[in-house]
Amino acid sequence: MGSKHKQYLSTLFTARKKRHDKLFAGLAVGAAVYTLLMVALVGFSVTKGSVDIFSKEGINFLTKSDWNAVEGRESYGALPYIIGTLLSAGIAMAIGVPISLAIAIFISEIAPPKIGTVLSFISELLAAVPSIIYGLWALFVFRFWTRDLIEKPLYDAFHGYLPFFAKTPFGLDIFTAGIVLAIMIIPIISSICREVMRVVPYSQREAAYSLGATRWETVRTAVFPYVKSGIIGASMLGLGRAIGETILVTMVIGNVIGPGAIPTSLFSQGQTLASLVANEFNEASSDLQLSALIALGAILLVITMAVNIVARLLVKKKVKIKSGAISQ
Amino acid sequence: MTLNSKSDYSNIVSQAVNKKYRKRMFVNKFVTIGTIICVIAAIIPLASILIEVVRNGISAISFEFLTQPQGSIGSGSGGIAPAIQGTIIVVGLAAAIATPVGVLTGIYLSEFAKEGIFPNTVRFFNDVLTGLPSIVIGIVGYVTIVLTTGSFSVMAGALSLSIIMMPIVVRVTEETLKVVPYSLREAGHSLGLSKAKITLFIVLPAAKDGILTGIVIAISRIAGETAPLIMTILGTSLFFTGITGPVDALPLRIWRLASQPYESAHAFGWGSALILILMILALSMGLRLLIQRKSYKPVT
Repeated sequence: MGSKHKQYLSTLFTARKKRHDKLFAGLAVGAAVYTLLMVALVGFSVTKGSVDIFSKEGINFLTKSDWNAVEGRESYGALPYIIGTLLSAGIAMAIGVPISLAIAIFISEIAPPKIGTVLSFISELLAAVPSIIYGLWALFVFRFWTRDLIEKPLYDAFHGYLPFFAKTPFGLDIFTAGIVLAIMIIPIISSICREVMRVVPYSQREAAYSLGATRWETVRTAVFPYVKSGIIGASMLGLGRAIGETILVTMVIGNVIGPGAIPTSLFSQGQTLASLVANEFNEASSDLQLSALIALGAILLVITMAVNIVARLLVKKKVKIKSGAISQ
Repeated sequence: MTLNSKSDYSNIVSQAVNKKYRKRMFVNKFVTIGTIICVIAAIIPLASILIEVVRNGISAISFEFLTQPQGSIGSGSGGIAPAIQGTIIVVGLAAAIATPVGVLTGIYLSEFAKEGIFPNTVRFFNDVLTGLPSIVIGIVGYVTIVLTTGSFSVMAGALSLSIIMMPIVVRVTEETLKVVPYSLREAGHSLGLSKAKITLFIVLPAAKDGILTGIVIAISRIAGETAPLIMTILGTSLFFTGITGPVDALPLRIWRLASQPYESAHAFGWGSALILILMILALSMGLRLLIQRKSYKPVT
């Protein structure tokens, strides 16, 4: 074989190698660009869809509370649904976060490893159940539990003095929606909290135990300081889910529209941004109403984006602290 | 009380310490029991959901239920075959779009550009996309496809679901590729292989199990989505007619059945829920079998 032939082969191979690499790198960059394009598409669609209503109602859309689709008297406002969204998500957080934290503490600090593994498996299972199935269960089963076991006793005991318990409980209301949302976000929050707690260096716990701390004192003094922002981040990721959850809320919140959707009590029927979109989208009678519904989606987009970005920053910060602690 | 002797003094101290000790032990026990109660409280709903779905669902399932379209409303006849078919078609299409794009983006982030403004932007917006409510993503399918073509369609549903699925696949691919030992890539380089070959034939096979698991999780997630389908595929009681026409899907069917006032519709709803859970379960079982049978362990 002559050296010319060899050279020819080697240039051939390098050329082919280069061509492959270029093609492959091009595909990879293309895919990354496609991801960004989809983000742009979300922004574009939501803006384009909601431009009609914002040009008609302006910023008042956020503060008005009527929802009138009758032709000629059309008037839309998002306030009741913003309140409904925040209230139901707030209830979900108030119930879900402490329970998630307790579960995370139990699995990572108290339970023997075997039980911990089983519980982690269960919580993964729970996270894989589609929200429509939570909704179905809430509508036909759980609603009666809350009505008879929680709402009725609270109503009987307090309805005279505390206005937020003052409404005959019905089972399909903001309170039920909040509890079911809590059930849905508990696996999410507790699994992140567990992960964050797991990375606290074991020497921290040993130090606390060696000073004679009880288990709870160890968790409180040696684990919590490390995981505080991680827990807040996890909770906010859960909050993002609770705010954006649609079908489950639609099935249990009672679905009222207009000024009546501003809750006067925890047991009021309500409506969230997402649930109103789901309820009315296929029955919208005019383009303006569709635009108003998409605008509700736009508000939802802004709220969840803000919540998620803050949450991710907090979780990231946490991870940095943890890696610092390990390297020391 | 006077403290005359040494023993008096130590008595008081030990009593005080004992009291404090008992309190601390009480708090500790209280918290432990509290966490156990919370765990039980969280398991009850899961148990109840699974029991109710199986109990109510099993009686609804029959051969007719699985193979026939829905009979007249309230009659309790027919089945949910179009919904099963629709779910498979829409989710399949979405996965066909999202999987290659997601895996390639993950490869880009892990193998081509780890740091820099562009990859960090992609990462950031990918995270943003993960956190968006699915109903907002439904708007995308509606505005870009339903409004322009003038019809609710399979395409619009698949587009929306693919946008939900893609960021999950990107995330998992990047994370999994990152933990593939660098020595494997070096071995490839030392053989003079192109980067494309190294990535496709060495790195990707080593990370296969993790990526597949991620894809299956993402598919299970979109298979259960309801909200974006309301705005895109609409839901019909008929079989698939083409990708430009509307179609049915299980989650959508469950929702519509649950809002009807008939007992028979509710029974159908439970039946559909059981089928949906079984489909998701079958998917992850299938994956587990696949991974167990041909597991590839990278040598470090």
